[in-house]
Amino acid sequence: MNTVLDVSNKNIPGADVPAQSDGPIQYVNELTTLNLGPTHPATHGIFQNILQMDGEKIVSGEQTIGYIHRAFEKIAERRPFYQITTLTDRMNYCSSPINNMGWHMTVEKLLGVQVPKRAQYIRVIMMELARIADHLICNGILGVDTGAYTGFLYLMQERENIYEIYEEMCGARLTTNMGRIGGMERDLSAEAIRKIRAFVSRYPKVLREFENMFNRNRIFMDRVVNVGPITAERALSYGFTGPNLRAAGVDYDVRVMNPYSSYEDFEFDVPVGQNGDTYDRFMVRGEEMWQSLRIIEQAIENLPEGSHYADAPEYYLPPKQEVYKNMEALIYHFKIVMGEIDAPVGEVYHSVEGGNGELGFYLISDGGRAPYRLHFRRPSFIYYQAYPEMCKGVTLSDAIVIMSSLNVIAGELDA
Amino acid sequence: MASNIKLAEAPEGYEGSGFFATSLDKVIGLARANSLWPLPFATSCCGIEFMATMGSNYDIARFGAERPSFSPRQADVLLVAGTIAKKMAPVVKQVYLQMAEPRWVIAIGACASSGGIFDTYSVLQGIDRIIPVDVYVPGCPPRPEQILDGLMQVQELAKNESLRRRNSPAYQNLLESYNIQ
Amino acid sequence: MLTNEEVAKDLIRQFGEDVYDFEDPFDLLTLSTKREQLIPMLQYLKDHPTYQINFLTDICGIHYPDDPNPEREFCVVYHLHSLIHNFRVRLKVFLSEADLHIPTATTIYACANWMERETYDFFGVNFDGHPKLIRILNMEDMDYFPMRRQYPLEDSTREDKIDALFGR
Repeated sequence: MNTVLDVSNKNIPGADVPAQSDGPIQYVNELTTLNLGPTHPATHGIFQNILQMDGEKIVSGEQTIGYIHRAFEKIAERRPFYQITTLTDRMNYCSSPINNMGWHMTVEKLLGVQVPKRAQYIRVIMMELARIADHLICNGILGVDTGAYTGFLYLMQERENIYEIYEEMCGARLTTNMGRIGGMERDLSAEAIRKIRAFVSRYPKVLREFENMFNRNRIFMDRVVNVGPITAERALSYGFTGPNLRAAGVDYDVRVMNPYSSYEDFEFDVPVGQNGDTYDRFMVRGEEMWQSLRIIEQAIENLPEGSHYADAPEYYLPPKQEVYKNMEALIYHFKIVMGEIDAPVGEVYHSVEGGNGELGFYLISDGGRAPYRLHFRRPSFIYYQAYPEMCKGVTLSDAIVIMSSLNVIAGELDA
Repeated sequence: MASNIKLAEAPEGYEGSGFFATSLDKVIGLARANSLWPLPFATSCCGIEFMATMGSNYDIARFGAERPSFSPRQADVLLVAGTIAKKMAPVVKQVYLQMAEPRWVIAIGACASSGGIFDTYSVLQGIDRIIPVDVYVPGCPPRPEQILDGLMQVQELAKNESLRRRNSPAYQNLLESYNIQ
Repeated sequence: MLTNEEVAKDLIRQFGEDVYDFEDPFDLLTLSTKREQLIPMLQYLKDHPTYQINFLTDICGIHYPDDPNPEREFCVVYHLHSLIHNFRVRLKVFLSEADLHIPTATTIYACANWMERETYDFFGVNFDGHPKLIRILNMEDMDYFPMRRQYPLEDSTREDKIDALFGR
């Protein structure tokens, strides 16, 4: 479509560019293809969006993913159950303990192992710390994408404190491989409890400072309010779960609907937004961090006495003192490590509330030491499909902000 | 009062009041080593550890990497952190080709060094299959201290590199072996 | 409070012979159906006034090369969830390799788009009517379907790892 415009009207952007010829400039309406490529500071993770733009506004988009496809599901068909935990770490690597515990619970469901209360409470503490860590990154990076780098630096320091608690529990910072099938690998040490209490007492001040900087900040709100809204119906059709769905108004939280690992013992609220725009997603994540803190406080105050692992010697390694003294324990230890323990035949689907939504594990076991088929229901993979629809008609800077607020983790996207 | 401050050694040279004369490649080596601008090519979990290294606790900016540049044209060091799949390999090579000499490459993490735990059909078994690598930082993920150590190794390389190295036949042969002109 | 028996009976009443193999492993109602009845069943469950099973949790594929019945070599599994009643259902459709196609669910659920592309990418199941059925996670010029059981995990063209030392 050719539009001939009179350049004497100075309000046309770009009209001050001199034309080759005298006379009115001929504008031809063509769409530009912009490659928001796999490597881009704004795509936190590697996935590609090919955007068709009409000037500054995005008309449509197409995504290419798979740039970090590591074939987890195929690897899982080879590995014994306890070795798959290391794979689950690397899916949503910002909140690895949640993935780990979700996998352990799936296998425990298959094996029929009951985990004692103390281990369940410890799992809850670790999962909620992981949720806080995940939301810290997401909200901090959303701040960075709107130009505010300071908040991110303050929050990364808190992540270091969370990493120290992980280190007390399992030895690693990021890819935690935490817990075992049947409980936890070690009890919460006194140092870990001290660090958790210190975190709980110190963190509210930091979060409040961050919220003071962002929540009612005029510039931030102008950038994110009414940007990338999605209605609840479209969100449900696109399979949204987690904070993105709750921001659209649907209060679906797996911890409330299908409680696992003693979540029913705790009192917490589920924050829900209204329009599903970026501001609502930001606020829902911020509020979820407060609720996670509440759960951790309750768990650490009411930590029950007991063992940190189930009495299931076929699946949980016996303590080393027993292995050196007791014949049975030695045999179990040998069988577990050599992978001669067979799992029952069955198929189980278990889901947990990950940082991004319902993280599901569909496990089919044919009786061997490795799963026959393991499929991960990854929330980032499923809700990222909605991105082109959310970006219709917005400018590029808004598209970047929408992508950050969706919290797409590349490891979970491609698995 | 004894001071805990460790002074860096000046290179060999001739000193007088108000001036210091040394050879050009030592000065350039010093300048390059202490202001290496990284390009964080972060794909997965090692990227989060790199973000922790950039944060205030481990602070890579102390080592001169103040400005992480996401444009390869303005970066000195390519920090490949995370798994590189075969689908991503041409992208890594493109980014490497766009960097101007002198350029260094650090492979952070087991996946970038050798494929890591992912010996699968879709993962490139180490980025040194496609681009020349200067420093490998093993770990899954490596601790920020290890990443800083890797950067310090590149600083040593940059400080002691001859100015002619990038034009030398040995280096050209290295690039030829990767099909890089 | 929906029960498995109630929904199972209703489905038998509605679809008769076309639903079979009812079981409930770990209390999750599982049933198999034929590919022709898949879309009517998904629509029926979504529009049902009481059940309102309107959330598609997951689609995945399974390969059973050792199954003696060739009609049951591939299986496409749909997990559905009713958020109102907290009720989950698992639908399975068995397909043979010679006839590896199934209608797409994208007309009912928008999230089926990529999940079906992933199943195609891994197993080669064709989804009739899909807007854009190309590979999603693997490279587009890959000529085999990697999750099928006959293909190995490792890349057979790699030269730096000696298979003998890795026990393969």
